[in-house]
Amino acid sequence: MHEMAVTESIAAIALKHGQQNNAQSIRKVNIKLGELTGIVDHYVEFYWDMVTKGTIAEGAELHFIKTPTVAYCNKCKDEFGVEEYDLTCPKCKEADTELISGREFLVESIEIE
Amino acid sequence: MEIDILEGVFDANEKIARENEALFKEKRVLAMNLMASPGAGKTSLISATLERLQDNLRIGVIEGDIASNVDAEKLKTYDIQIVQINTGGACHLDANMIRQALEHMDLDAMDLLVIENVGNLVCPAEFKLGEGLRAMILSVAEGHDKPLKYPLMFSDSQVLVVNKTDLIGMGDFDMDELHETVEKMNPEITIFDLSCRTGDGLDAWTDWLYEKVKSSTK
Repeated sequence: MHEMAVTESIAAIALKHGQQNNAQSIRKVNIKLGELTGIVDHYVEFYWDMVTKGTIAEGAELHFIKTPTVAYCNKCKDEFGVEEYDLTCPKCKEADTELISGREFLVESIEIE
Repeated sequence: MEIDILEGVFDANEKIARENEALFKEKRVLAMNLMASPGAGKTSLISATLERLQDNLRIGVIEGDIASNVDAEKLKTYDIQIVQINTGGACHLDANMIRQALEHMDLDAMDLLVIENVGNLVCPAEFKLGEGLRAMILSVAEGHDKPLKYPLMFSDSQVLVVNKTDLIGMGDFDMDELHETVEKMNPEITIFDLSCRTGDGLDAWTDWLYEKVKSSTK
């Protein structure tokens, strides 16, 4: 629902690094996006054209690398895939667990010319 | 040419949030970020909390709304510091809005700062404000299935207030199922069931909050 605000952040990060590297244009932006963030990539793409119009990032492709929700059980010393946001360990049925993936949201790299 | 960046999309906000957090620590103020959907009872819970704690704690309120100052007007009867933020369309408060609001508040004369976020179960969860306590309300009228639909806020909050318990029995709301779902998502969470309308359960909430303020502002 706040895709507009995050699209502006992505553009600001990409443009800052593009300018620092004297890019003529930014061709592609690789974004790591955790499943649990609830960000809808389709909406980010929708705002992207509007936000980057007239900048060196205009027309750049957005590439989303989706990361699944994974937790670690401190008792079993093992990872497990989280389903339905249930952080209970499927093996020992206890909840001494930590989320280790699923909340990432970062600009991983850009491709420039 | 590919350039590695690895910069978080929320980094700019989180940097300001850390500065706010440091300021609250220095001034010994517990800041509570209060999140919920529209109509869950944020302003009612703040009123009820003020009624019970205003003689023992110095409380300030930041009211966040997309537009209007209806909520701030409701709280005007209390002798407290209050600042209204209008986000001008944004669906959440961010750390910079809080920093600006704090310029109009005297933190030296405050123990507890209640920040009423914009009514929304999704977006506020993503934007840290520098708060020491993340709190949320779910009202009985919204249904017990909401945690699975809006997981981030439920998994990130330290305390959940279930409001409007006076409506239990009028629909198919299942309190046990709600507690079970939320505790699986967030084993550390503290839950209070109460009704701002009847007052049921409010003392347990305010006693807990009072102790929380005392222990974190020592």
